[in-house]
Amino acid sequence: MGKKVLVFGEIRDGGLRNVSFEAIAAAKKMADGGKVVGLLLGENVKNLANELIEYGADRVIIVENELLKAYIPDAFSQVIMQVIDAEKPDAFLLGHTAVGKDISPRIAAKLKSGLISDAVKLEVDGDAIKFIRPIYSGKAFEKLVIQEGLILATIRPNNFDPLEKDASHTGDVVSMDVEIKDLRTIIKEVVRKAVGGIDLSEAKVIVSGGRGVKSKEGFKPLQELADLLGGAVGASRGACDAEYCDYSLQIGQTGKVVTPDLYIACGISGAIQHVAGMSNSKVIVAINKDPEASIFSIADYGIVGDLFEVVPLLIEELNSIAVK
Amino acid sequence: MNIFVIMKRTFDTEEKINIKGGKVSGDGAAFIINPYDEYAIEEALKLKEEHGGEVTVITVGEEESEKELRTALAMGADKAVLISDEDLENADQFSTATILAGYLKDKAVDIVLAGNVTVDGGSGQVGLRLAEELGISGVTMITKLTVNGETATIERDLEGDLEIVEVSLPLLVTCQQGLNEPRYPSLPGIMKAKKKPFETLELDDLDLDEDDVQAKIKSVEIFLPPVKAAGKVLKGELSQQVNELISLLKTEAKVI
Repeated sequence: MGKKVLVFGEIRDGGLRNVSFEAIAAAKKMADGGKVVGLLLGENVKNLANELIEYGADRVIIVENELLKAYIPDAFSQVIMQVIDAEKPDAFLLGHTAVGKDISPRIAAKLKSGLISDAVKLEVDGDAIKFIRPIYSGKAFEKLVIQEGLILATIRPNNFDPLEKDASHTGDVVSMDVEIKDLRTIIKEVVRKAVGGIDLSEAKVIVSGGRGVKSKEGFKPLQELADLLGGAVGASRGACDAEYCDYSLQIGQTGKVVTPDLYIACGISGAIQHVAGMSNSKVIVAINKDPEASIFSIADYGIVGDLFEVVPLLIEELNSIAVK
Repeated sequence: MNIFVIMKRTFDTEEKINIKGGKVSGDGAAFIINPYDEYAIEEALKLKEEHGGEVTVITVGEEESEKELRTALAMGADKAVLISDEDLENADQFSTATILAGYLKDKAVDIVLAGNVTVDGGSGQVGLRLAEELGISGVTMITKLTVNGETATIERDLEGDLEIVEVSLPLLVTCQQGLNEPRYPSLPGIMKAKKKPFETLELDDLDLDEDDVQAKIKSVEIFLPPVKAAGKVLKGELSQQVNELISLLKTEAKVI
């Protein structure tokens, strides 16, 4: 039976995030012949509605209000509750991003409904939708169903393929007025620290450093390689504990869990706690001086050597290819 | 200040996971306080040192969690509460949050601290669900907390960026790495912990029955990821290896 699936279109720096297109593809599968409805919240978002349609949304609801300019939990949850109440979707899907993680449990609690967080796969089985999500940071997986009520889930970035963009796909864009009041948190300031605006959880390429990087400066060649590949830099707990880099870069069972297309581990031994955070990457490259390092057992390709020799060579070679 | 910390016992992050009879087996595994909850405990103790008051640590979970709660008492918490019930075997995040709210709803809460996420289930829902149930503000992924009278100024990790927010108490926060450096229990602390108040409760004691905390989510299957085949360690001169790697990434793996 066809379902109506509402998808949260997440905006960052004025544009839609990839995970929202991935969510539309997942929603299409869940809808099983039903409708996919995009939802856009912001101050001025009308111009983004068409892109959601081109990626497969059948209809887009926009809510424009200056109080929605930045993510404020009370404002967003009030709007989403009113939209859910008016639209009565069978399912609501969001990306498992900072905003998705923050808003979804609030909605779930208000509706007293179940929530499946961080799904990496889904199966449609008759009327039931089964979600697969990592537990123990990917050391195991769990298949889950929501037993009744709204099907509410967040999906991990980089795990669902978006649909082909189709400029001929059309759909209605409707504007909704909602009431927003009594906001309890005030954003005083946002300090930009993320390098190049690429978030680790969404990066297609991650160049990651461990204790073998030896210093703050040691991360420079890694950053250069990441920039060259259009990726982001990550780190092991060892490197963060040694204060070579900020904790926001930490990948592992404590830290971020990532699934890029390409993960290049430099000077990382491969402790279980780190591996849990990256072992589901599509392709893993290990660069380590120690041929016995356990990272090699999970790597697709390994180079035994000093990262300070290997990484500059990689940069040089990639640059020369780019020039050609 | 009336400070509460919600915490959980989890597998040590260096443990491998085994599945027996469709469930993750805890046989022979080492357990720890969920690492993010340690930040919450430490921050609670710092708040108490600065503002006075009392720190209560709470776990919803199996009886064995007494050990981790005692560790929190040894670190300096004043009281521990363990809510344990045989009806909770299939509990989900809704169940846990409902139980915690059942305990906290008639307490004079100033602040509740929780870990940002647990390293086992990893859904990161319970803290925010609890804030909603209690009708108090919830701020996630905090890396700095300053309480000044009735107001808190908070720094949060926003996917690598830093957001500074201001919010009134009562308040629930979830703690992220970088917030603090959790202390180790001292020997006198461990001795004192044995005599500190430790309350064990069941659903009945909270005026809740099984139906009130019925899970919304059902687990159908738990499985291990496929074992990865051994990869290729490249050979030859370093520069040759680098060339080969780039060509493999381009043609075989097709990721660059």
